Amino acid sequence: MKYIDEYRDEHIAQSLAAQIARRTTRPWNLMEICGGQTHTIMKYGLDELIPARIRLVHGPGCPVCVTPIEVVDKAIEIASRADVTFASYGDMLRVPGSHSNLLRVKAAGGDVRIVYSPMEAVKLARALPERQVVFFGIGFETTAPPNAMAVWEARREGLDNFSMLVSHVLVPPAIRLLLGSPHNQVQGFIAPGHVCTVMGYWQYETLCRDFHVPIVVGGFEPADLLEAVDMLVAQLEEGRAVVENQYVRSVRYEGNVVAQRIVEQVLEVCDRKWRGIGVIPQSGLRLREEFAAYDAERIFGVGEMTAEEPAECISAEVLQGLKRPTDCPVFGVACTPENPMGAPMVSAEGACAAYYRYRRHSIQPSEVA
Amino acid sequence: MCLAVPGKITDLHDEGGVPMARVDFGGISREVCMAYLPEARPGEYVVVHVGFAISQVDEEEAARTLADLRQLGVLSELQE
Repeated sequence: MKYIDEYRDEHIAQSLAAQIARRTTRPWNLMEICGGQTHTIMKYGLDELIPARIRLVHGPGCPVCVTPIEVVDKAIEIASRADVTFASYGDMLRVPGSHSNLLRVKAAGGDVRIVYSPMEAVKLARALPERQVVFFGIGFETTAPPNAMAVWEARREGLDNFSMLVSHVLVPPAIRLLLGSPHNQVQGFIAPGHVCTVMGYWQYETLCRDFHVPIVVGGFEPADLLEAVDMLVAQLEEGRAVVENQYVRSVRYEGNVVAQRIVEQVLEVCDRKWRGIGVIPQSGLRLREEFAAYDAERIFGVGEMTAEEPAECISAEVLQGLKRPTDCPVFGVACTPENPMGAPMVSAEGACAAYYRYRRHSIQPSEVA
Repeated sequence: MCLAVPGKITDLHDEGGVPMARVDFGGISREVCMAYLPEARPGEYVVVHVGFAISQVDEEEAARTLADLRQLGVLSELQE
């Protein structure tokens, strides 16, 4: 496919890796924020192609992974109701709540459906006027415009049987939290290319200034990520710390302003709890008061539910880049994609799932016995 | 989750007041909402996320950076 295949060219990847090696004079720790980027790095072994002194640390950019356990419990509670048709992106179905998951609700007869787009959920609401159709609205800034449009469109059409369980998160406050931590070792960030496609990258300039850390907006193919690493290493070696854009074919400085406008009208910034991390101030989006009639938390009275996370799972440290999935005692043993204990093992973008899928061969036999 | 894929617009139409397009992804065609990219025209490439076009591929910029990457390959061969 055009604009994909050429960025998987092995020759280009090798020459970028050679250029990174020529530039590198000392160790650097870099973090890719987005789980999609983690997946590409693992799939193509990019971490093994670049000099060993460049360490790639995986970030929290997996919305499925950071959705709090109580929100999953709320989804389960709503989806279990006889009058509800619950629509979700497929990745959320296996995510463990406190006692169950959405897949088990479906197996027990609940009307849980996987949709590819939030507009399919609106279509369901149109087709099933006797049912309450609830969409599980999770995601980062990339997914906010589609989810906001679904609510916008439901209101325009006067659909009174459509609502959304919203648990949206934002990238810059999470980077700020990581950089402010006394444990932080990350010296440069690859910012998520599709989040920046929507939001632009002006928001990242203050992070560069406040923490003197370089940030490069990166794409998702091997050549994109290697070029982003090369740009970060060049900045670090020269002592620079600015925002640069590697993913120029999709990302503009100001982002998609039309999309931002609808998001602003439907959603507002709020404090948000991240699974494994805790509450990050001003790091989420929720429905604005004027869209309260579409807020599933209010309609189904689940706003007050709380829950504890399982203690065995080290996803908190994995999501903050402090530990690798293989540092976890239950990785690949008690925790697998078929039977996950933590969300990073569920999502195709979760760091644990990426390691399990592409790096299982590197686990010592004694560890899997 | 933030997965988005580039595809080529084959036609534009209106569905109950919502601007839509057929977008071709290497032989697979899908319906895509164009509300966030009202300027895009058939023949142009757009980046699509969960059924929404979120940006137009800057084809000139893409061609230029790809040429730079290929040039880098030629240079590193000369240095070897």
